[in-house]
Amino acid sequence: MRELLSRFVAPYRVRLALGVSAKVVEVFFDLATPVIVARMIDQGVAAHDSSVVLRYALLLMGLAIVGYCFTLVCQKMAALVAQGVGTDLRDALYQKAMSLSAADVDRISTPSLVTRLTNDVNQIQVAIALGIRQLVRWPVLAVGSMVAALCIDVGLGLVFFVCIPVVGLVFWLVMSRSVPYFRVMQQRLDRVSLVCREALSGARVIRAFRRGDAERKRFREAAFAQADTAISVGRLSAVLNPSTLLIMNLGVVAILWASGQRVFEGELTQGQVIAFVNYMGQALLSVVFVANLVVVFTRGAASAQRVGEVLSCPASLVPGSEELDADATDAAVPALELADVSFWYEGAREPAISGVSLSLGQGETLGIIGGTGSGKSTLANLVVRLYDAGAGTVRVFGHDVRTLSFGSLRRAVAIVPQQASLLSGTIRSNLSWRCPDADESALMEALERAQAADFVLAKEGALDAPVEAGGKNFSGGQRQRLTIARALVGSPRLLILDDSASALDLATDARLREALGSLSGLSRIVISQRVSSVMGADEILVLDHGHVAGLGTHRELYSSCDLYREICLSQLSEGEVA
Amino acid sequence: MPNPYTGGGSASAAMATVRGGSGKGPRGSASPELEASSYSVGQVLLRMLSFVRPHIVSLSISFVAATVSVVLQLYVPILTGRAIDCLVAPGSVGFAALTLTLQRLALTVALAAALQWAAGYCTNRLSYETVRDLRTCAFSKFERLPLSFVDSHAHGDLLSRVVNDVDQLGDGLLQGFNQLFNGIVAIVVTLAFMLSISLPVAALVIVLTPLSVGAAALIARLSAKSFARQQAIQGELGGFAEETITNQKLVSAFARSTSECERFSQINQRLYARGERAQFVSSLTNPSTRLVNNVIYAAVALLGFTCVISSWPSALTVGQVQSFLSYANQYMKPFNEISSVVTQVQTAFASARRVLALLDAEDEKDVLRAPETPPADAASACPERFEGRIDFESVSFSYAPDHPLITGLSLHIPAGKRFALVGPTGCGKTTLINLLLRFYELDAGRILLDGRDTATMTKETLRSAFGMVLQESWLFEGTVAQNISYGRPGATRQQIEQAARRAHAHKFIMQLPQGYDTVVGEDGGSLSQGQRQLLCIARVMLTDPAVLLLDEATSSIDTRTELQVQDAFDRMMEGRTSLVVAHRLSTIKGADCILAMRDGRLIESGTHEELLSRGGFYAKLYRSQFAS
Repeated sequence: MRELLSRFVAPYRVRLALGVSAKVVEVFFDLATPVIVARMIDQGVAAHDSSVVLRYALLLMGLAIVGYCFTLVCQKMAALVAQGVGTDLRDALYQKAMSLSAADVDRISTPSLVTRLTNDVNQIQVAIALGIRQLVRWPVLAVGSMVAALCIDVGLGLVFFVCIPVVGLVFWLVMSRSVPYFRVMQQRLDRVSLVCREALSGARVIRAFRRGDAERKRFREAAFAQADTAISVGRLSAVLNPSTLLIMNLGVVAILWASGQRVFEGELTQGQVIAFVNYMGQALLSVVFVANLVVVFTRGAASAQRVGEVLSCPASLVPGSEELDADATDAAVPALELADVSFWYEGAREPAISGVSLSLGQGETLGIIGGTGSGKSTLANLVVRLYDAGAGTVRVFGHDVRTLSFGSLRRAVAIVPQQASLLSGTIRSNLSWRCPDADESALMEALERAQAADFVLAKEGALDAPVEAGGKNFSGGQRQRLTIARALVGSPRLLILDDSASALDLATDARLREALGSLSGLSRIVISQRVSSVMGADEILVLDHGHVAGLGTHRELYSSCDLYREICLSQLSEGEVA
Repeated sequence: MPNPYTGGGSASAAMATVRGGSGKGPRGSASPELEASSYSVGQVLLRMLSFVRPHIVSLSISFVAATVSVVLQLYVPILTGRAIDCLVAPGSVGFAALTLTLQRLALTVALAAALQWAAGYCTNRLSYETVRDLRTCAFSKFERLPLSFVDSHAHGDLLSRVVNDVDQLGDGLLQGFNQLFNGIVAIVVTLAFMLSISLPVAALVIVLTPLSVGAAALIARLSAKSFARQQAIQGELGGFAEETITNQKLVSAFARSTSECERFSQINQRLYARGERAQFVSSLTNPSTRLVNNVIYAAVALLGFTCVISSWPSALTVGQVQSFLSYANQYMKPFNEISSVVTQVQTAFASARRVLALLDAEDEKDVLRAPETPPADAASACPERFEGRIDFESVSFSYAPDHPLITGLSLHIPAGKRFALVGPTGCGKTTLINLLLRFYELDAGRILLDGRDTATMTKETLRSAFGMVLQESWLFEGTVAQNISYGRPGATRQQIEQAARRAHAHKFIMQLPQGYDTVVGEDGGSLSQGQRQLLCIARVMLTDPAVLLLDEATSSIDTRTELQVQDAFDRMMEGRTSLVVAHRLSTIKGADCILAMRDGRLIESGTHEELLSRGGFYAKLYRSQFAS
């Protein structure tokens, strides 16, 4: 965390210093007030001199106004530094998030990344701003009050040395006991929401299985546990205010009682006694504020840690430096070559892909089929290098993918993911992803091929028609065709279709296959659960829980691979298979 | 396997959207029965009081203790002032009076502290216990609401009523009310004390303090405005980040990271400009009120000490001026507290109304009407076991009055037969199951189970006849074993395993980190859709119902596993009535009778072969799935 601070706060150190100094000046003005009031009494009231009182009153007002100006400087600096650091942190975090490997994104999870980017950075901003504005103020005020009191009378000043540590101790005792509860309290509240959410999402099942009473009991337990924790914390913190009140005023009693003799003997004036009482109040209030700051800083520190965790996440996917020029590659070089490739998801016991080897010639089509969880999509992700293979090598047009720059690899290889996601913007902005300066005709050609031209042209604004987040304003089939068009823009040499025709009707699917087949020199990987989609491929890979269950043409596999035959027969009649 | 294009889970965690399962009824938007504005302030208070009643002792103690404590605390500056007046000058110190005053001061403070503690403790306890009771009450409501209600209201909204609104209510109505009350007491008592010491100085304080309140209000308005602007950009930034990070893999698969970072940076810069301003403006509140307070302080000191010197406009002692200076410092505090509490109390009222609207929503009726011929004895009223004969008698139903879905549908399913329902999406297949289980009530007609009108049975009795796998694979946060045994809580581990084997779930369960004791997250967490469905199938395999209902039970499972699971279902269906809703027609070929539905009507029925040879609607549907 210290590293994080020094890296991100360093650029703002001048402003930081300026803010803190301004604050110190302001605090000194505050410290002067009791002394001035004491002088008003001792020099003005005692001497029955109204002009002295007036002069000091004007001085008090003057100090208040000048002090305010210094405060403004401090607040401005605090805002500049806190927001500056926050903005830099957000930029850094976002860049990091976008460069994390898919495995890291899975591990940290998207909602958590977004929370760190927003809430956690906000907490850090609050902590920094309060740090500049208050962290200096209250300790300086506390110490200053003590020093000022000691200057007036060393003996009486000793009262401070008793009261301040006692208040500090009370706060430390209460907070050190209640802070650990905060996390528990949050967990208990989360549990309450969880049971509640489940009762709503499972309304049918709970009713159907007649488990309403059991659910009520579950909720009751959660609600009682939450209340008990909250009450325990409350019982602790209910002690804080009364004990501060008690200690502070008993201190005042002690001061007044001890001053009796001294005033009688002329060692202390009435004004000085009042100054003492006022310093006492200031000093103890400062302790209370410092304690409150501790809470903000604990939260800020936790946030800083969560942010630091992401920022220090090592880049697990390092792009290579070679540029791939697929068009210039010898036609004999295979478009894709897998050599004994295996892959494990983090924390998984079994490999998701295990020992896959194959070779796909340029212009050929590879079909991949298998049940859910058989590793089909994982394999596709290894080819575009969203993950690195745990063992073995993935070669694209003769190059190990790890040696290639991301840009050139992904220009040559285009993927149509299983989840047909579009980003908010326009159709044009979504289509020109692979090729930002693609012209109208290139976009239209891709749309034609993807069988999407008709409905895009029917939209108001055509290519410039808006796309809502997630592409919600398009049907599943339309989204799929748009994601196919998106992959076709910029003429890829290897196209991966990951179950991307599942929402299309049979006729459209057939037209699409024909349109893609006519693209010469394009190598294709077709992933599907439908036998009919892969039957015609030059080669079919049958995956079973990450293992190769078969590799060959439809005819070969049907006679030699049990799993493939079972899949075929579960979908097609015997006649259709042959 | 985690889907690589959506991240670990959609960040938009569709809480705000309706997840009403197969309910195709009216969705979230219009919910007149949850209109909260109809409660008056008095009604809200009265209803809340009924929840507080069990804690009435705590409530009274906290109010009395807090009031007395506030008065005592305000008495402290007067006593301090008196003590100071005993310390006039060298040789002139009233020791006796000083000792007496200090004793009183110590006693006052001790009492004030004790009462403050008692009040704080009681309020806290009171508020959390009331919150707890309200929550439990609201949750029980969830179990009593008709399903149509749960389907037609956004779950996020219902959830936030039970979690956030109830919390707001506890904070605002109980603690906030207390603070509000104390604040008013503090202002009145301070005024009284000040007036009793000196009219002119008190007048000065009373005239000047609005300046401070005004300054605070002005800044509050300014900062609210700039915070709103900041919030808008913050929302934009959050939305952008969420969308692009959710699609992070897609973005990197298309090598778009750099340009997305540039766009993010632009929004971020705008946020910086707004945020810096909002923060600066809002940070002015404290210094500005402090400035005004300091000026008032100086004015009070000037006037007060002038009074001491010249006894004009009123006679004062130094100690009394000191009391005034203390009051001048504190007088503002209750004003600031009240203004912050007022908004809190307002939100609490809004929350209370939302909670009440939920609590007052109409419950579903357990028994809809009395049986026409009362059963002769108790045994026949609640038979040990249903045979599973089902009759729909001219049933009509619609989710929305102006869109009739099912009209005059009649249907007879003999006990022990396998029936299947097919038809395009939205034709009413799932609706029939909803009606059979009385998730929704009929508009007209009757449904009979073993010849008895289901509307005359308790839901408990009715539903005990059915075992089902519903379209949505609902799992709760608990172990795999707990999820499987949900319909039969006392099941042994052996029985659970057996059910899992029959559902072909045993193999993948054993691959999970802790096998059957692996905790699956809410909604199945890391399990795939197909695996979740297999667990739900195992769940029903563990029950022994008279009627088995399968609503798209194998829709997420690959075709090969589906065939295997189908075997297990076939065995389970032997001797039981079953009704299967299926999308993939291959799974229902063996049914005793296939019912083809369209637009809420039964248009064909018969065995697979009969319907195929008829060459009608079913035959067309079948061919569209199997043509290659």
